[in-house]
Amino acid sequence: MSFVQNFPFFSIIIAMFSGILSSVLSGKKARNLSLAAIGITGVMSAAVLAFCVRTGESYTYMMGHFPAPWGNEIRAGVLEGLTALLFEIVMFLAVIGGLKYTAADVEESKQNLFYIMIDLMLSSLLALVYTNDLFTAYVFVEINTIAGCGLIMIRQKGRSLSSAIRYMILSQLGSGLFLIGLSLLYDVTGHLLMSPAKEAVAVIEAAGSYEVPMLVITAVVSVGLGIKSGLYPFHYWIPDTYGYATPTASAILSGLVSKGYIFLLIKIFYRVLGRENVVASHIVNVLFIFGVAGMILGSVHAIAEKDTRRMIAYSSVAQIGYIYMGIGLGTEAGMVAAVFHIFTHSATKALLFISAVGLYEVSGNKKDYLSLRGAGNRNPLAGVGFLVGSLSMVGFPMLAGFISKLLFATSALQSPHKMFITLIALAVSTVLNAVYFLRLVITLYRPTPTEEEHETVKKAVVRKSSWNLRLAIWCFIVLNVILGMFSQPIVNAISNGLMMFE
Amino acid sequence: MSRKKDNYDSSHWLKFKKWINGDVDLLAQGMEAWMPGQETTGADHSNSSRPGNQRLEIYEAIREEELKNLPIFAKGFDKSVAHGLDFFRKAYRFMSVLLCAGIIAVLLWTVSYLPIFGNAGNPDNNEVSARYIEKGLQETGAVNIVTGMILDYRAFDTFGESCVLFIASCCVLVLLRIDAASKDETTKKRRKEAAYDRLYEPKNDIILQKCACLLVPIILIFGIYIVLNGHLSPGGGFSGGAVLGSGLILYLNAFGFKKTERFFTEKVYRRMTLCALTFYCLAKSYSFFTGANHLDSGIPLGTPGAILSSGLILPLNICVGLVVACTMYAFYTLFRKGGM
Repeated sequence: MSFVQNFPFFSIIIAMFSGILSSVLSGKKARNLSLAAIGITGVMSAAVLAFCVRTGESYTYMMGHFPAPWGNEIRAGVLEGLTALLFEIVMFLAVIGGLKYTAADVEESKQNLFYIMIDLMLSSLLALVYTNDLFTAYVFVEINTIAGCGLIMIRQKGRSLSSAIRYMILSQLGSGLFLIGLSLLYDVTGHLLMSPAKEAVAVIEAAGSYEVPMLVITAVVSVGLGIKSGLYPFHYWIPDTYGYATPTASAILSGLVSKGYIFLLIKIFYRVLGRENVVASHIVNVLFIFGVAGMILGSVHAIAEKDTRRMIAYSSVAQIGYIYMGIGLGTEAGMVAAVFHIFTHSATKALLFISAVGLYEVSGNKKDYLSLRGAGNRNPLAGVGFLVGSLSMVGFPMLAGFISKLLFATSALQSPHKMFITLIALAVSTVLNAVYFLRLVITLYRPTPTEEEHETVKKAVVRKSSWNLRLAIWCFIVLNVILGMFSQPIVNAISNGLMMFE
Repeated sequence: MSRKKDNYDSSHWLKFKKWINGDVDLLAQGMEAWMPGQETTGADHSNSSRPGNQRLEIYEAIREEELKNLPIFAKGFDKSVAHGLDFFRKAYRFMSVLLCAGIIAVLLWTVSYLPIFGNAGNPDNNEVSARYIEKGLQETGAVNIVTGMILDYRAFDTFGESCVLFIASCCVLVLLRIDAASKDETTKKRRKEAAYDRLYEPKNDIILQKCACLLVPIILIFGIYIVLNGHLSPGGGFSGGAVLGSGLILYLNAFGFKKTERFFTEKVYRRMTLCALTFYCLAKSYSFFTGANHLDSGIPLGTPGAILSSGLILPLNICVGLVVACTMYAFYTLFRKGGM
């Protein structure tokens, strides 16, 4: 057994251990430890990815002295390595970009608690990506929920407390449904590990027994994780949550947390319930409809919104709709497109939140998007970052968003019943995206007209942002362009990784 | 026609009826429910002949106030809008009850299709549980199979669970800890309120203190017993820790913060959680690493049934117990006065 194969386990434990250590460290040390942990785990994930690409197969890793159906297990393959790597890059950049705002928004003596949340969030995301055990997944879903709640309410200003409560209630509802699904599944299969559970499910499906419980399990698990990731009709917690948390927390929550749940859902579809069974149960059609509704109505809400960050948050609702639409197509290509869009959206939404911060600080920190008039000239790099993010979300060629839209459209062609709706929804949603994103971008580059507005802007000091914010924006732009320009190897890796799931 | 009994006014039935109707304020007698500085309002309340009704009126007033503070009424209070809102709230309640009933019905319908509980031929009665039962003692050294399962076969999940407790207490710290250095207005106010709570400490309730003198040692010893015998008899870190924590809380209630601060401060709490979780993390990492790489862990299992047996399970139980006890105690003190 190669030493690299230990890395998934190491990275989960390192993230958890740095969280535990941070409880006695000062805020600054906790921050450095957390950045170091994210960096090291990132390198490890890259090594795991390289190892899996080289050997061309996935492997399972025994957590303890007992083999599969008895002890815990984690699993690593191409898709796991890639997702973990991308999550870590986005997380690192989000933490780096928001450093100053975290220091300003969070009380001095509670800084280390913020980084405990970040560390444990990282460990839970990694565990959701690498897990091969349903109950381990549930435990880390719990950690993820509580850490997310902590990240929202640590700001303790404005509506962050009420939005944290809203997040808590809806998230717990999702966790509860997920747990009910797991218990039912255990009752009919007798296994918690994914691979033996899948064999048991295959036997059940072949025998045709437990038809009703299997249907309910699929529905409950999908809806539970759908609520937690902000699928359309259950999206009411999103705008408040992302709009009132600290910038780092908003970027992490929108870019990574909801994606972790979607990844888990895809993993369960492939590795436990079996994709064919899920498609046959027609649950995917429900997800498809919710997704399409989210794509359109999320954008409509965003257009009606005046507050910039809430606008970006509503755009998340639309983008998560895209992902669920891809899953809902039920084809291999649709799934690849959905996973690619997970990557696109993580990179782009974090870029938008982080560069919006750079624009706020030169415009007097007002919420209204009209206050950002001319901000693109006052802070050029943040303006460019926002422009790139917006164009990527709209689907401008050479950027990540274009590739995902292309993948969605081509995969739609393969499923005849849903082709028409998908293409129309894509077109309408793209136009709506363009309406509010380009409105923002045009506002950014419009000269400030009236005298009094000019005064307030002058007071807000025209200056460059701190080095770390600029670094984060640069890296995010590069990441977006890489996803857009060199998408083929990534798409190949995704389809390869999905094949390994089977 | 029935006649009222002579002693109807002091009958149990009337008291019960009054209690049902909310006419009796249980806190009205025998307990001081008002802080100093609120004497006037306190007097008003005790003067009122029907405290239940009075309270209802206060609730109504608060509700109306809440309604007026809603963002829709920023431009002025509109009665018809308020009426619509009220209707919406009622419809909302009705729909949520309907939805819950629907979900309950679906789940019950599902349960009727599940295998019969306790049947020998059920899917969950498979090789997994068979090995836990047959070889559990031999492989983990723990007489209590459940402990062997959670701390050896599936120890990674249990580590996750302890981290759930850890992060939950961190969240409560974020929310409730009052820092002396904070300049925030609301925090200052809360600090003042917390100071009031301290003013009335200790309460010196003689009955409580005598009972605590008797009970606390027993509870603590029982908790330690449950933790230490987790691998031999039912119990373990989670249940034993909960017993220990409740013993500490009882002690705190009886004797006040001054007494408990002699041995349990925030520093102690942090160090204990840190040590316990660090030990858990390192010990289990070692065993995961050796297990996955097919190395021998070299930890002796001892004779089953002896107190020093079953390898790492005993120290891990102690760690979990410490974490649970500390978390429970910390929750209580944080909710009470925003600090330890």
